[in-house]
Amino acid sequence: MRLGFNFWLGALLTLLVVLAGVLAPWIAPFDPVFDADLMNSELPPDSTFWFGTDGQGRDVFTRILYGAQISLTVGIVSQVINSLIGVTLGMTAAYWGGWWDDLVNGLTNVMLAIPSLIFALGVMAVLGPGLPSLLIALGLTNWSWTCRIARSSTLSLKSQGYVQAAQTLGYGDLRIMFTQILPNMMGPILVMATLGMGSAVLSEAALSFLGLGIQPPFPSWGAMLTDARQLIQLAPWVAIFPGLAIFLSVLGFNLLGDGLRDSLDPHMRTRNI
Amino acid sequence: MSGPLLRVDDLHVRFPVSGAGLLGSGRRMLHAVNGVSFELAKGECLSIVGESGCGKSTTALSIVGLQEPTKGTIRYRDQPLNGADAPSRLQRAKAVQMVFQDPYASLNPRQSIHTSLAAPLRLHGVTSASEISDRVEVMLNSVGLTPDQAKRYPHEFSGGQRQRIGIARALILEPEVVVLDEPVSALDVSIRAQIINLLLDLQEKFSLSYLMISHDLSVVEHMSDRVLVMYFGQIVEEGGWQDIFEAPAHPYTRRLIAAIPKPGFSSDEMAQKTDPTPGLPSGRGFVSDGSNAPDVFVAPAPSELVEFAPGHRVRLSPAD
Repeated sequence: MRLGFNFWLGALLTLLVVLAGVLAPWIAPFDPVFDADLMNSELPPDSTFWFGTDGQGRDVFTRILYGAQISLTVGIVSQVINSLIGVTLGMTAAYWGGWWDDLVNGLTNVMLAIPSLIFALGVMAVLGPGLPSLLIALGLTNWSWTCRIARSSTLSLKSQGYVQAAQTLGYGDLRIMFTQILPNMMGPILVMATLGMGSAVLSEAALSFLGLGIQPPFPSWGAMLTDARQLIQLAPWVAIFPGLAIFLSVLGFNLLGDGLRDSLDPHMRTRNI
Repeated sequence: MSGPLLRVDDLHVRFPVSGAGLLGSGRRMLHAVNGVSFELAKGECLSIVGESGCGKSTTALSIVGLQEPTKGTIRYRDQPLNGADAPSRLQRAKAVQMVFQDPYASLNPRQSIHTSLAAPLRLHGVTSASEISDRVEVMLNSVGLTPDQAKRYPHEFSGGQRQRIGIARALILEPEVVVLDEPVSALDVSIRAQIINLLLDLQEKFSLSYLMISHDLSVVEHMSDRVLVMYFGQIVEEGGWQDIFEAPAHPYTRRLIAAIPKPGFSSDEMAQKTDPTPGLPSGRGFVSDGSNAPDVFVAPAPSELVEFAPGHRVRLSPAD
């Protein structure tokens, strides 16, 4: 199996984010919350504060390392919830059809009609701020596109000879869905999930900005950008580095998703050899 | 065993079709199969021929359980295969299997050949890993592939090889009846003969009964013991292959036979042949000669299959 340059670049960036998050307690030079010193506020990057300091004098580099934990958790957990809901609903709706299909379609259309950030805001308002409710809110908002893709893929795969063959061989409905249909639509679902990880990171930033996400003083890249809003002219590094972190991690997720899709497709596996 | 292996009695399949009305007011029933009855004996190859849309594939799908009939019974060894007493999907899998038309769509691209063949065995309670790999190996050899090809994926095979894998999958559970849905029509002309010969060899080796759906009459002529000619959901003629190919009685059958390209043979001769086949009861005509398409949304006019020579039946207007 040969994987392209894009896959390795994506894997490298994702690995960097994962390492930053996992190793933050050991490699971070300062504490992300308590090493605040107003004497050191808004210092430009130097050998002590690699990415400079923010308005409260906290080390931006340290906060970015810890922020990776939040971003990764939000990205992965919300997309796992999204994909589980979307795939389950979309696949069963297309496979069984009838009233269940009508119901799922209606629900999907309703979800698509509600702006996802407004919906997440509503969920957050009910559940209260904090990481767990953030994960639930983002996990419940963006499944409709995954659902649509799962449904349309299932509809086209259902009429393939091998699905019919599985039926005549005595496979049950669930077994057909899991062994015949699901593996053949993993590509688009994976791509949706990786793209969604990026947008989940951005939604988290927006919700944190509105005061419903991660509560200060805990570091999240989105919240850091929000804090940097007033300082963008005085201390641009406070905005640039969290922005770069978001950009590079989203890019990494996307490239990784593309590479995974290619390697999951046996067609691509031998074509390059 | 006495009696036929498979008996289809008065099979009807209708599909609801929503019409042109904006509110779905024009919902009509499409009569795809109208009262098809036939029997399939052990070791026999019975072919159903007819043009596209005549209901031959719908009949086949009903028999393998992919299409629920509207009316009628399908019995295998005197056990019903449809209706309230129908066996589960798992139980019927050992009775009837199917070879699909398109070898490119009939294999799961993400499963190796070994998985495609081993998974059904596991599903049917074969647990010993050595027995599974033995049976897969034997089956691959039977269809002319080598066991070391089992690790490969479908896209690494040619169309003909894929169809061999499709045949292996249909036979892995050792069914008695195999439905062949246009088994060679998607293949290169040069490998059709190989697949046909393989099917004939396997029929003998495993004493299989074939129900073949085809519009390729040269394949039908080569493989079949008996032939059913279908036209708009009904059997219009039934007989041994010699009856059908040498003495066709129904005008539609005659035109079908005439359409086979044959070197040095004037095809118009058969089509223009209007003299009645000897033995036909006098005073009864054909309800439709197959030259104008009947309305598929209404039930066909009453008619019946009349046996006028041993084993040779043709659809005629009802007796007065």
